[in-house]
Amino acid sequence: MTMEISLRRRVVNVLMLSLSGLCTVLAVSVLFFILGYLLVHGVRSLSFAFFTHLPKPSGETGGGMANAIVGSGKVLLLAVLIGVPLGFLAGVFLAEYSNKAFASLIRYTVDLLNGVPSIVIGIVGYALVVLPMKHFSALAGGVALGIMMIPIAVRTTEEFLRSVPNSLREGAMALGATKAKTIFTVVVPAAISGLISGMMLNLARVAGETAPLLFTALGNMFWSKGWLQPIATLPVMIYNYALAPQEDLHQQAWAAGFVLLTLVLVINITARLIIARGPSSSRR
Amino acid sequence: MASSSYITDILRRPPERTFLGRLKAGDEISYLTTLACAASILLIVGLIVAELWTKSQPTVQTFGWKFLSTSTWNPNSDQYGALPFIYGTCVTSAVALIISIPLGVGAAIFLAEMAPPRLSNMLTFLIELLAAVPSVIYGLLGIFILVPLIREYLVPALRNTFGYLPIFEGPFYGVSMLSAGLVLAVMVVPFIVSVSREVLLAVPTDQREAALALGATKWETTWDIVLPNASTGILGSVFLALARALGETMAVTMVIGNTPKIAASLFAPGYSIAAVIANEFAEANGKLYISSLIFLGLVLFGLTIVINAVARILILMTTRKAA
Repeated sequence: MTMEISLRRRVVNVLMLSLSGLCTVLAVSVLFFILGYLLVHGVRSLSFAFFTHLPKPSGETGGGMANAIVGSGKVLLLAVLIGVPLGFLAGVFLAEYSNKAFASLIRYTVDLLNGVPSIVIGIVGYALVVLPMKHFSALAGGVALGIMMIPIAVRTTEEFLRSVPNSLREGAMALGATKAKTIFTVVVPAAISGLISGMMLNLARVAGETAPLLFTALGNMFWSKGWLQPIATLPVMIYNYALAPQEDLHQQAWAAGFVLLTLVLVINITARLIIARGPSSSRR
Repeated sequence: MASSSYITDILRRPPERTFLGRLKAGDEISYLTTLACAASILLIVGLIVAELWTKSQPTVQTFGWKFLSTSTWNPNSDQYGALPFIYGTCVTSAVALIISIPLGVGAAIFLAEMAPPRLSNMLTFLIELLAAVPSVIYGLLGIFILVPLIREYLVPALRNTFGYLPIFEGPFYGVSMLSAGLVLAVMVVPFIVSVSREVLLAVPTDQREAALALGATKWETTWDIVLPNASTGILGSVFLALARALGETMAVTMVIGNTPKIAASLFAPGYSIAAVIANEFAEANGKLYISSLIFLGLVLFGLTIVINAVARILILMTTRKAA
């Protein structure tokens, strides 16, 4: 017996399934449009001076964004120093020590923090660091981005430590290791590739953040000495230059956008490839 | 009392400092340090709420609830009303969702139901990369690429077909709520695709097999059986996208026009909560001005927390049911 399927049903079937395919093509092609436009506009305005020179006033040729590149590095270093240890240790606590009730309270709080809009984190950085110290600084930017790094740091640590099989813990403890020794010499090393790539993803996420830096790190057209002065960062430079009326500044913005996007995507893709091929996923 | 004090004395005596005892002490250090870090997260979130709350008190006391329902925003006369920003935030988020829901769910259907697993994983990887693109880059592309395209093609097309509707009236200057909504739509699609795909994949295979065995076409199986099963989770992904759209700052600031007016037309420039904070906070002087901006931050904070919580509950409901 053969089933007769009416023409209308067959047409609807093919039509709707192709439409869903079209949606996928559209969504993926947006990525290639973004990459394409930044490649075309960015490489055209990129030069050696971009990496070695200070910004010049509009109209003069040959300015660069060396200070913003170093500035982004400094602010991100501070963010990592603040966010990663704190998030990592809290994640260790959740995975290895905590009782259920307290863990779910922390987990809920972490999710809440992860959902806070980045501009609000900027206000918090302003209120906690800029107001007491009375000036904008690299430190304030670092604190703001550091707070943003905590949730993902906690979550990846907990997740990857949990994926370490219990037999490893039991083995270490049977050999007489204390719990602390078991955690830090057996469990953490077993999960280390996942942990590092998780932190890389985390870094890539905050590296492009602009809103929290607008009124913490502020910006600077010159080199910023130390950690307590306003400091230029790539994302804020892109924002300021893109909104400036001068055409040559737009070109600089494209170049900076290209550098920033390349940086973020390279870190992101590397980390995700490590996770995808890592031992923790192949074991499943 | 005297007799019991002897026993409690022994109990209180510190353990002997043997090698093992020292290690035990190390154990305590590790426990207490990690506990302190975990607890400090509670402290940080508490601090965020407290800072936002105390610093927005001047505005709360001066304007009260009227702050949220009046539409004058005039730093010169110290008059602040948040309605234009709330309106702009809602309108741009609505435009974003209207476009991104069909697009995102459509793509998720293809990725979960039709594409072979390897292709599906690869395409999902690429779509998720979109979520990694910094928002300031979306803004850059929005200003220089998307806005000219909208002006050239989309606006004339909308005028010709729906020109009689008030939302497509008036002149188009480029920066507008329409542009902001479109940029937002592109930005939230990855979240809808990624979560909806997971939710669809969590629907048990025997549901599909049963429908197909009864003679349903592939699409009928998807539409009538799989989607209803996953609808709660998909709604969750929509709420997740909404939270993103509401809080998104840079891309919106760069294309919305930053004009605190309530206009019916999507072609008109507007302003959003996040955009006004980004734009005016650094230059704000005067206690009431800063306090009003911080109060807007508090409103945004509360809004995103509630919506994120709803999203999480909805997503958990479906994935738990399937498991």
